[in-house]
Amino acid sequence: MAFSDVREYTHLTDEEIEAIGRELDEIRTEIEASRGQADRDYVTRVITLQRRLAAAGRITLFASFFPPAWLLGTLMLGSAKILENMEIGHNTMHGQWDWMNDPEIHSSNWEWDTTQPAEQWKHSHNYIHHQFTNVLGHDNDVGYGILRMSRDQKWTPYNLGQPVYNFLLAAFFEWGVALHDLDIEAIRKGKKDPKLLKKQLKQIGDKVGKQAFKDYLMYPALTGPFFLRTLSANFTANLMRNFWSYMIIFCGHFPDGAVHFTEEELEDETRAEWYLRQMLGSANFEGGTFLHLMSGQLGYQIEHHLFPDLPSNRYDAISVKVRDLCKRYDIPYTTGPLYKQYGQTLRTIMKLSLPNRRTSDNPAPLAPRENRRLRDDERPTRRSELGKWSGAASA
Amino acid sequence: METTVTEPLIERSSALRRLRQLGRAMTTPLSPDDYLALINPLWSQRELRGRVEKVVPETENAATLVIRPGWGWSFDHAPGQYIGIGIEIDGKFHWRSYSLSSPPLVEGKTVSITVKAMPEGFLSDHLVNGLEPGTIVRLASPQGDFVMPDPPPEKSLFLVGGSGITPVMSILRTLDRRHTISDAVLIYSARTEDDMMFVHELRELAERHEGFVFHERFTDADGIFTPEDLGDVCADWKDRDTWACGPGPMLDAFTEHYERQGREDHIHVERFNLATAGADGAGGAVTFGVGGPTVDVDGATTLLEAGEKAGINMLFGCRMGICHTCDVPLASGRVRDLRSGEEHGEPNEYIQTCISVAAGDCTLTL
Repeated sequence: MAFSDVREYTHLTDEEIEAIGRELDEIRTEIEASRGQADRDYVTRVITLQRRLAAAGRITLFASFFPPAWLLGTLMLGSAKILENMEIGHNTMHGQWDWMNDPEIHSSNWEWDTTQPAEQWKHSHNYIHHQFTNVLGHDNDVGYGILRMSRDQKWTPYNLGQPVYNFLLAAFFEWGVALHDLDIEAIRKGKKDPKLLKKQLKQIGDKVGKQAFKDYLMYPALTGPFFLRTLSANFTANLMRNFWSYMIIFCGHFPDGAVHFTEEELEDETRAEWYLRQMLGSANFEGGTFLHLMSGQLGYQIEHHLFPDLPSNRYDAISVKVRDLCKRYDIPYTTGPLYKQYGQTLRTIMKLSLPNRRTSDNPAPLAPRENRRLRDDERPTRRSELGKWSGAASA
Repeated sequence: METTVTEPLIERSSALRRLRQLGRAMTTPLSPDDYLALINPLWSQRELRGRVEKVVPETENAATLVIRPGWGWSFDHAPGQYIGIGIEIDGKFHWRSYSLSSPPLVEGKTVSITVKAMPEGFLSDHLVNGLEPGTIVRLASPQGDFVMPDPPPEKSLFLVGGSGITPVMSILRTLDRRHTISDAVLIYSARTEDDMMFVHELRELAERHEGFVFHERFTDADGIFTPEDLGDVCADWKDRDTWACGPGPMLDAFTEHYERQGREDHIHVERFNLATAGADGAGGAVTFGVGGPTVDVDGATTLLEAGEKAGINMLFGCRMGICHTCDVPLASGRVRDLRSGEEHGEPNEYIQTCISVAAGDCTLTL
């Protein structure tokens, strides 16, 4: 169910919430003050790797008639697109690298290798999604206007097709994202300003034209007789990027444990409460350095939502502090292996294609605190002067 | 003064232009330069850049940087103009302006600037002492109207203090190369002979040209050169067009003197130290867009709010400093981040208007 008040949900006092806010502000200040050469080196290294990978992929595909070359070229191109969209584009547009004062890596003018114009992404994502995270009716990322992702969203027979829509959304994710800022819901209800709609459609048209020309006409044509081979390789690379980015993004807010909120939460919400809502509404996943790189560090979705404009290479270190804070205040910190997080997401999509009365609510992964007694292993280390007790007594 | 800019080769040749268009289509949303720069960092016009070829010490605390500019640079600056140089220090680009000391279109396709390390200028110190040959720097096109017309006036006078010599050096070298020094006087003050940049080159220049007179003034021994001394050193100063460059108080004194004597139309001044913002940093006059409207803003009103009140169409998003929709580059002045209390004042630094207030007068690029 959706919650109307983070305070009520977490059973924290005003003072505790403010203290959490202060601690998080301190983490921010600390990171801001320590940004430097190592961070710049990180992002320039990733950008160089990505551009080399893209160039190598395109060149390899000039031999697309040779199946191993087709496969290798496709993999390289697909990985380059994934890196560009996730670790480079998404994070740069958040302003994570603006502090470098480098116009070549800056949120104000970065354009990414996908069909959505950067300008519209910055509105629909940086603003709408990051400010109103998981607030029903405000955050269009709750189901993207296509899927029903919360039991509090109304069920209609249309939702019976969710498994199919979900697959199509995954395969053509890039196109779904391209249309995202149009706000399909508003268009359906006739609330969209037609002038703005026209302007946005033109922007999208221009971008789509360039992207499609490059991938589906120019490079195939350059390989002459192997036009179709190269075309299929480029299409597959885009498909690969689509499925991957869809999965990573769906694991950010839909696994069990990430909660939704109602509009009432937004009233008089303080900065500290905003922080709390970000933590409660986001879910991480676990993995190694490579997985985190390929997912643009969105495995640290909680940290990303707390500090969307801090350099992504710092989220790993930040997560240690955030986890500790959550533990001390008994705030749920949702995480798990990627397969589990996506499995839960998929289960929710399937379940919610049916009306609520046909399904049970997903188990709440962490019961809200209700003056629960701590287990011994959660308490501070025992003082030695208290004497020993037998293991059986505490079991 | 207007400078003529020759079109780069690529703009003149239609074949090259078409090739470039093709390259853009192939590399969208990036540009071919983004890939070419992986091979050679100078092969990019995305941002003007250059490679430091040599660092030549001039005095104990001044050095000339010889820079080879990359693609997109046009070498036909007017002598006396300055360029912007952006250097990366600890991951961040910092920008400063320095007068070019090289004459336009020299052989070898390099430009040079001469930098004096200031006691509290960490950037000038870095330029003089911390820059290795081979470093890639960012550049900004030559600017400034402290230039000499071509052909030069019959009689000219240069009043120089300290590192103000650099733009004058560029002018003198150009006159020398074009053999157009007819009747020029240079009065150059520095604390000691060791502090006097280019002193040997200037003495040599004076020997070669009868029409060039070089007055050296060492202020530690002889005191500061004042307008009252002018008549003694250069009796016919009223017949000359004057170019003056040096510390603020010196320039103030000479401009006042020229005004009193009704010669204010005959002095060109270059100030290389702009006035710094008020120390309290609480508000100031904010200009929205270079040449745009200016309003007085207190230290509690964000630049975004101030702009909106002034009827400016400002971009904004979250209004709480997270989404960066409202970012604009700062053209000049300083602002304060309301969240951290930190001040920002790098030229062309992007600031978030929704959480920044003016710390003194400032100008936003819109």
